[in-house]
Amino acid sequence: MTAAPPPSPVPARARLARPVSGDPAAARPVLSSADVARVIDRMAHELLEKTRGGDEVVLLGIPTRGTTLARRLAARVHAFAGLTVPSGSLDITLYRDDLRLKSPRALESTDVPAGGVDGALVVLVDDVLFSGRSVRAALDALADLGRPRAVQLAVLVDRGHRELPIRADYVGKNIPTSLQETVHVLLAEDDGRDAVLLGPADAVREDRARP
Amino acid sequence: MKRHLLSAADLSYDDAILVLDTAEELAQVSERTIKKLPTLRGRTVVNLFFEDSTRTRTSFELAAKRLSADVITFSAKGSSVSKGETLKDTALTLEAMGSDAVVVRHSWSGAPANLARWIRGSVVNAGDGTHEHPTQALLDAYTMRRRLGRLEGLRVTIVGDILHSRVARSNVLLLSTLGADVTLVAPPTLLPVGVGSWPAQVSYDLDAVLPKSDVVMMLRVQRERMGPAGEQAAAYFPSAREYSRRYGLDVRRVATLADEAIVMHPGPMVRGMEIAPEVADGVRSTIVEQVANGVSVRMAVLYLLLGGSDSAIGSPS
Repeated sequence: MTAAPPPSPVPARARLARPVSGDPAAARPVLSSADVARVIDRMAHELLEKTRGGDEVVLLGIPTRGTTLARRLAARVHAFAGLTVPSGSLDITLYRDDLRLKSPRALESTDVPAGGVDGALVVLVDDVLFSGRSVRAALDALADLGRPRAVQLAVLVDRGHRELPIRADYVGKNIPTSLQETVHVLLAEDDGRDAVLLGPADAVREDRARP
Repeated sequence: MKRHLLSAADLSYDDAILVLDTAEELAQVSERTIKKLPTLRGRTVVNLFFEDSTRTRTSFELAAKRLSADVITFSAKGSSVSKGETLKDTALTLEAMGSDAVVVRHSWSGAPANLARWIRGSVVNAGDGTHEHPTQALLDAYTMRRRLGRLEGLRVTIVGDILHSRVARSNVLLLSTLGADVTLVAPPTLLPVGVGSWPAQVSYDLDAVLPKSDVVMMLRVQRERMGPAGEQAAAYFPSAREYSRRYGLDVRRVATLADEAIVMHPGPMVRGMEIAPEVADGVRSTIVEQVANGVSVRMAVLYLLLGGSDSAIGSPS
């Protein structure tokens, strides 16, 4: 039938990893490291305010950087209010609406805090809010884990161009973008430094296909 | 491009690790209240079983259902096969009904490879004759990694009817890919011709090998493959008692194992023959765990073969 492709030298895990599109080197900074820290501090305060003290809150990050942000938000909430808010991660790969358009991807980890999500106020955390499709997938994944009292959404960057009726409850920074641009969120734990970069995008199409 | 899982040798090191890592995440689904993922919604998986099977058939069925695929399970008894239909015609019939993957077990070695040439969907070998059973090898490797934390350098001893064992062949291939050291222990009559070229050591002395093993995998003596009604069994070993005395795993032998060592069996087991009941039910035994892990590993295989526009693992058509 079909001929075998030449063997790929790239390891399977890397071959399947979610691509970071565009070239961060060509991008211009929108938020510096200090800005990112201030923005996360403000989001932590807003979270405490809007949830009336953070009771029953569970932070669930969408891997990879959403998980890091959820951990950071939990640490800041603890610093400001002395409250320990459980944080975890929620992999959305198996719930994505574009699964059939690409090769199967490696799964990220799902790590729900011990108390579960039933009756909790779950705050989903992601780095960039774009089409809203990731959040749609996250809501579906969450429904299979239990029944939260309510669900809210926190994002570091809202770049617009929604394709679904979804909005964030906590926004670190609104960055108006064109579809041709890319937004890179860099976090020290994952990328070695904190920054938000806006790039002219060569790989926009790829980015756009991400839910 | 659609791909198949016909042999454990189809999997590169990276492919095999990807399956195990994926299975690790999918195992969480089995612990949830809602044991279901939408991933294969609208896909159809046909289980085609020409040979008796309990655990593999139900395991594949459950794995496909947990991923929301539609599953049709066929067994040769009660199908057109008993009316004389050939494998190819059966396969083309199923294809015409729009199946995306066929999971096949057959008593002929190589039947799944033929099937892969005839149909467009993915083929998963669920055991073909005395040839291979790749998903069993994957679930065994998964179980070892979970229990012992590693595969590289692990000393695995496979004991029993190697000659008729597709489980042994697939395990040797996969474990050597993953960097484990495999030793086969059996009476000379139950070793296949050419076993010297396999990536494994061979020994006839179980007692000498046991203290140097991290994993001991016991295999059933497959009397059904030793002539009609197993009547040729005497050509392979003098008596069941003698076999059991020399190659069976009893309490005395288990006591010579290292502290961390585990005892595995792919099932079905014959208690009192290759494994003593106390050993099968003991703390080192992973036999029940292997069954549970089988579902997660098969979910991983189905997801990686069918979950996207093309397959992430396996051999091309």
